[in-house]
Amino acid sequence: MGSLQTNELTLSYGKEPIISDLNLSVPEGKITVFIGSNGSGKSTILRSLARLLKPERGSVLLDGHEILKLSTKEVAKKLAILPQSPESPEGLTVYQLVKQGRYPHQSWLKQWSKEDEEAVKHALRATSMTDFHDRPVDALSGGQRQRAWIAMTLAQGTDTILLDEPTTYLDLSHQIDVLDLLFSLNRVEKRTIVMVLHDLNLACRYADHMVAVHDRNIYSQGAPEDIVTKKMVEDVFGLSCDIHMDPIFGTPLCVPHGKGRQLLKEKKFTEKQRKATLVPE
Amino acid sequence: MTRFHASTPLKAAGLLAMFFIFIMAALCSITFGQIPTSFQMVYDALFHYDQNVTEHIIITTTRVSRTVIAAVIGASLAIAGALMQALTRNPLAAPDIFGINAGAIFFIVFSATFFSVDSLVHYMWIAFLGAGVAGVFVYFLGSMGKDGLSPIKIVLAGAAITAFFVSFTQGLLVIDEQSIQTVLFWLAGSVAGRDMEMLLPVLPFMIIAVLIALFLGRAINILLSGEDVAKSLGQRTVLMKLLIGIVVVFLAGGSVAVAGSIGFIGLIVPHMVRGLIGTDYRWVIPYSALTGASLLLLADVAARFVIMPHEMPIGAMTALLGTPFFIHIARKGVAAK
Repeated sequence: MGSLQTNELTLSYGKEPIISDLNLSVPEGKITVFIGSNGSGKSTILRSLARLLKPERGSVLLDGHEILKLSTKEVAKKLAILPQSPESPEGLTVYQLVKQGRYPHQSWLKQWSKEDEEAVKHALRATSMTDFHDRPVDALSGGQRQRAWIAMTLAQGTDTILLDEPTTYLDLSHQIDVLDLLFSLNRVEKRTIVMVLHDLNLACRYADHMVAVHDRNIYSQGAPEDIVTKKMVEDVFGLSCDIHMDPIFGTPLCVPHGKGRQLLKEKKFTEKQRKATLVPE
Repeated sequence: MTRFHASTPLKAAGLLAMFFIFIMAALCSITFGQIPTSFQMVYDALFHYDQNVTEHIIITTTRVSRTVIAAVIGASLAIAGALMQALTRNPLAAPDIFGINAGAIFFIVFSATFFSVDSLVHYMWIAFLGAGVAGVFVYFLGSMGKDGLSPIKIVLAGAAITAFFVSFTQGLLVIDEQSIQTVLFWLAGSVAGRDMEMLLPVLPFMIIAVLIALFLGRAINILLSGEDVAKSLGQRTVLMKLLIGIVVVFLAGGSVAVAGSIGFIGLIVPHMVRGLIGTDYRWVIPYSALTGASLLLLADVAARFVIMPHEMPIGAMTALLGTPFFIHIARKGVAAK
């Protein structure tokens, strides 16, 4: 349930098409990451997958049905999207925010139920936000705030979650924190995760399936170790680089060429690192 | 910032307290005025009416209608302001600030000048039309350009549309001085000297609008988190915004048709309410209604005594309250967005 495909999809803002004739199938139960340069249209694809943007031509298919012809509330039970840096109303608490995720499951006849309450509790637990549930969202740190929003999409109870650059404006530790959370949601709860990420190396580490967007269509797609090459980075990002293996995870690691301090010739790196990590006695 | 988040029973109790304050304000409005009366006299006038007692006549004719009108207008303007602030996600939104009132007045003056319209029912529909036209203009002017609706753009659009309609209204009055007498009534903004008959044609629309507003609370809460989030949660946002817009037009247009332009109630009341109970619109709407009604009633009572033996126009009274508040919100609110 919750298969997501595009069929000859053309997207545009104004006259210029940003994406044209895109055929894409999102693998179910996997983590899919869109990468590409600024303005390549990766966020645009994500928005159209979530029916937030109407296609110029072609269609998005959810479980084989054209998404814009489905009732928007029914779609909201199968698919959730977290926009980039969402803003919550002043003073809204974490609990109130997460409760909003149950909106598609409610109606005039069916008000707040035990099932809704369970879904909210579960979402708070899964994101380790239970202790914060009475705190105003706007008083949280960036990382906690993002976790609260993810909790809201979790409470929505969908099989598929789309996220537009969920790590923007977060420092490195919070980026890892959020990505680890999404990784375990995928591995433990088998939710399909589709997201846009800026950081190529983190994308390589967390993505099962990577889609490189370039020149209004897909440049290449597949497992990061199969598609991330010198040439791909050169073509898609216009950046010359070397691809190494991440020494801890074994995933591709892109090291960009360019200027900077060159320590390799001095051969002092290992020595200095050793000294820097030694605990002074 | 830490904020006091009231629990549901506490909010319900607060609403009851607000209702009590509203009843007290209404009683004050019936009791106090140029000709002093007492609560006892009000009771007698309402339940043991004696047409030989002057005070009884004053109470049942002018005071009661004035009180009912002030209560209805105060509640309507406050709800309209609360809805507009949610719709535009802008702390400065209110029917008077965004040109809705000015539009309604211009249409009334225009029709009085050129088409000699003088029926109350016609004025009502003309006011609805004017409010709607101004609202649509401000909304589209404020959302033009590639980044859509922004707080600054819509405030500027509101100021421009207000200035536009006010200038044209004044222009019309210069051309046709005779109509000043007929329309001065709306320009000043007042709840005095209005009969109940003025309210009756508008009242059904306002009641329906208020009821819809009360039912929209939960949907508005979702919309407050942004259009993308609301859509993602399965809300039909275009339909929702249209519905909110129509409700605002009926509340603000209806208010203008009855009492002219009364400023600042729509702006300040929702802020007072949110400061008290938070952003949950299921509570903000009923609280705004009662607070708006009470505030306008008390402002009207005060207006009777400030420059005795004359009465201060209530529009001036609410401006006195509202202007410092407006500056405060403008400095705090727009900077934060």
